[in-house]
Amino acid sequence: MRVMLIFTIGAVLASLLFDRRRTWTGIRRGIGTFLGILPDLLVVLIAATALLALTPESVMVRLLGKGSSLAGMAAAAIIGSIALVPGFIAFPLAAVLHQKGVSLDVIAVFITTLMMVGIVTLPIERKYFGWKIALYRNGLSFAGALVVGLVMGLFL
Amino acid sequence: MKTSTTSVIKYAIATIFIVGVFLSRHFGIAPGIAAGRNFRDFALEMAAFLPLMFILIGIIDVWLPRSAIERHVGSGAGIWGSVWVTLLAMLQAGPLYGAFPVAHLLWKKGCSTRNIFIYLGAFATMKVPMLTFEIGFLGLRFSLLRTFITLPIFIAIAVVMDAALKSKGFVVLDPADERQE
Repeated sequence: MRVMLIFTIGAVLASLLFDRRRTWTGIRRGIGTFLGILPDLLVVLIAATALLALTPESVMVRLLGKGSSLAGMAAAAIIGSIALVPGFIAFPLAAVLHQKGVSLDVIAVFITTLMMVGIVTLPIERKYFGWKIALYRNGLSFAGALVVGLVMGLFL
Repeated sequence: MKTSTTSVIKYAIATIFIVGVFLSRHFGIAPGIAAGRNFRDFALEMAAFLPLMFILIGIIDVWLPRSAIERHVGSGAGIWGSVWVTLLAMLQAGPLYGAFPVAHLLWKKGCSTRNIFIYLGAFATMKVPMLTFEIGFLGLRFSLLRTFITLPIFIAIAVVMDAALKSKGFVVLDPADERQE
């Protein structure tokens, strides 16, 4: 976060030194893009927080199951695809789930889908790529996450 | 800068949600309070991070010459192009939807389709700030295993996407353009 702040301020200052007009064009373009996705982002975040609040850990442990199983992996892939959880919540949550008996290959599927597949963020993704490509990318990533879990299972 | 009806509806949903959270806090409704807390965490991540990132992308956009991107990560750049976008993605932070505007920038400047999807894959699964978190909570062995198993998989996804989109005129749009229509 601080790195981002320093980078941005540094870039803006350096840019101002060379060309003021160009700098404003850049800043305006950036803010324009931000405002372009802001309404979608708000709705997506609200949907994600509501889902997260309505799903306590005990429910997640029951769905994912204790120990390694294909059903657990499938459940992990579906939950991970729907949920939108920032990293600083996702990893502590994964650690708690592991302590409560969920096996690591199921957790790998959960984390991989959390990171690569975003059903609630599809409305944002399709603004950049269109529905078709967004759905393809998410579908392939969903399958890929299951492969990650199966291969992890061989090593654990 | 016209605001469309659909974004008015979206802002209205946001307003109703925030009012709902305040009412939950007032009357002590637990799920409402939890939702409010989650939303605050998200909003902090978003409000602090994204505007900065978009401004940085805007500045890079006006200065970075297309030829440089084309040469290093374009379709003629070979395997090194993929290595470069992977390293670029690893140094970043934030949620995946933060990578889409960068993907738009890369596309606009001539990055190859394959490398754009490798960038997205690496951004999703191999960001260094995220890996430090993962190692802290799930251990080094788990994190390394997961990373090295995921790497060939997102490369394969990028190759498949590239093949599927070849000669289809692949574009990465900018939502700001859509808004002004």
